[in-house]
Amino acid sequence: MSVATHDDAHAHDHHDHGPAKGFMRWVTTTNHKDIGTLYLITGLIMFFVGGAMALVIRAELFEPGLQYVDPHFFNQMTTLHALIMVFGAVMPAFAGLANWMIPMMIGAPDMALPRMNNWSFWLLPFSFVMLASTLFMDGGAAAAGWTLYPPLVLQTGNALPFTVFTVHMLGMSSIMAAINIIVTVFNMRAPGMTMMKLPLFVWTWVITAFLLIAVMPVFAGAVTMLLTDKFFGTSFFNAAGGGDPVLYQHLFWFFGHPEVYILILPSFGIISSIIPTFSRKPLFGYASMVYATSAIGFLSFIVWAHHQYTVGMPIAGELYFTYATMLIAVPTGVKVFNWLATMWKGAMTFETPMLFAIAFVVLFTMGGFTGLMMSISPADLQYHDTYFIVAHFHYVLVPGAVFALFAAAYYWLPKWTGHMYDERLGQLHFWLTTISVNICFFPQHFVGLAGMPRRIPDYAVQFAEFNAMSSVGAFVFGFSQLIFAYVIYKAIQGGEKATSEVWEGAEAHGLEWHLSSPPPYHSWTEAPPKEIISDLH
Amino acid sequence: MDNKELQKANARLVWRIVAIAVLMFGLGFAIAPYYDAVCSYFGISGRVNEASSEQTMQVDASREISVEFVSVVNGQMPLKFRAETSKLKVNPGQYYTVNYYAENTSDKKLVGRAVPSISPAWLSAFLKKAECFCFSEQEFEPHKERKMPVRFVIDPAVQADAKEMTLSYTFFDITEKSQTIKN
Repeated sequence: MSVATHDDAHAHDHHDHGPAKGFMRWVTTTNHKDIGTLYLITGLIMFFVGGAMALVIRAELFEPGLQYVDPHFFNQMTTLHALIMVFGAVMPAFAGLANWMIPMMIGAPDMALPRMNNWSFWLLPFSFVMLASTLFMDGGAAAAGWTLYPPLVLQTGNALPFTVFTVHMLGMSSIMAAINIIVTVFNMRAPGMTMMKLPLFVWTWVITAFLLIAVMPVFAGAVTMLLTDKFFGTSFFNAAGGGDPVLYQHLFWFFGHPEVYILILPSFGIISSIIPTFSRKPLFGYASMVYATSAIGFLSFIVWAHHQYTVGMPIAGELYFTYATMLIAVPTGVKVFNWLATMWKGAMTFETPMLFAIAFVVLFTMGGFTGLMMSISPADLQYHDTYFIVAHFHYVLVPGAVFALFAAAYYWLPKWTGHMYDERLGQLHFWLTTISVNICFFPQHFVGLAGMPRRIPDYAVQFAEFNAMSSVGAFVFGFSQLIFAYVIYKAIQGGEKATSEVWEGAEAHGLEWHLSSPPPYHSWTEAPPKEIISDLH
Repeated sequence: MDNKELQKANARLVWRIVAIAVLMFGLGFAIAPYYDAVCSYFGISGRVNEASSEQTMQVDASREISVEFVSVVNGQMPLKFRAETSKLKVNPGQYYTVNYYAENTSDKKLVGRAVPSISPAWLSAFLKKAECFCFSEQEFEPHKERKMPVRFVIDPAVQADAKEMTLSYTFFDITEKSQTIKN
């Protein structure tokens, strides 16, 4: 506590200028906390937009037959739901957490490149408006799935170039955010904050940033080839001109597989921060966590073709990609083991962030196991493009990435706003969400194994009961998120004052808990004392 | 580190990372020819585009492999495309000629390109073509039928368990493209 007092006094002495007033504060800001807030709010809004699209899908699938939307619009919904959830909700939310937390966690006054930071955020609203506008264009929005496979995607009408430019802009934004994070962590750490002292959230983000820099340009290149194939007569993916559509799949998944780890690695970091705090123990196996994350990052580059088993591949290729993919279970298993070992004999309490973190460990592991099933190429022939894969990636992304984001929001909300959130509502949100997410996605395993194909608006009547269940779960899940939005709103408005430590014993778990709640607009303008860094575990 | 030094260090790191990003963008495009090279090396994805000169091979009369001939027309191309026979039993090492026929059913001249595909893929390297209409663009006068021969041999080195294979051709309409080039 003495340190927090020291900091308060320090802020008072310097008469730090606070934020500018009015709307222009948000347009011109270069402050990492403001930009973090902007990212997080954008992520939340896009989460509701993408969620509304998911509910259109689930409403249509509530019963067999076509009820509400025509199949072409249904396909636009599946495509945009995925693009918006991946690029609009989860990635900006992680970028927001990185902006808010990394400087506070490493003892830096701000991000290394504040102006670029502003630009990388403000590209997002424009790209999402452009993407949403494609819904109203001649021929509708892209409807070939988020993978944008040719030749199907080349049938898109006027929306194709706009979709491609959206991807370019989102790519630029992510690359700039990634550059900023790497430079900040490499060059701006407080004295005494060595690489192997960094909180795991920072470590996982550094590795994520490297993945982004390596693969976003490849995706940008691949969609550029789509554009030139359609409008400028090139034949990258056109068999008539000597090209091959399978080349696109290789390019896409060379991006796509690291991309799914971009969506999950920061979650690992968040869970690795929360579980020790609420177990009141240091994280078990810190170094092995760092190495496991790096190993996962490396392996993500050499397993891409496991998404293409059914497309046709030499048998040696099938074997290689099967074994390489199964290998990923090893470092991931190390992580799950470490989280369990951290909880082992800990003095655990179950506030909302911890509940979400524990649900993450259980449900993400289930999603991981179905992934392992599909890594086996002969078995994958049955699962490919059925609801089984839909269940798999929703288990790793919803109770995986999204639960980690919920956990992070509840964990750091008192720090950001200075007010405790409503614990009763938080727990209600947790239970409704966790029950409904399983009602929604668990039955999809069964219909998938029985052969129900994905991305089709109609289905055989034998799948009716499980689909009805799934739709009910989806609607309960969707509307439960309004509680989450309300809890955030309420905490911003006021409530019980949070101490600087917020959670009992949290000071030992990170530098951010040594700042006041809310932290001063400019924090760590002087590096934190070395003693508190060496006391962290 | 003072402020100036820090800014210099930051700028250096930024340009290094930007260089990686630019390289990766280039790599995406560099993969296209590399992918072609790998595919033709293994003879997969229909990339056997060169005639192999006819040579005398040891005919293995003790083995018979059944080859199926498939003809496909892509999209709306107004072409009637068929093989003279759907199946042929062949001895490895012996040359055979099979004729494909294509008739242009429209009133306009058509230009097409046939893309071959051999299944199973791991046998494709053993099917060698001395002559094939797939090596070049094909022109079709309106309402005329043309005979197009394929002369091929199966390398006697093919593995013993090879019993069946399929040779498929898909015709793509490239009339518009070849006209834009000619004009």
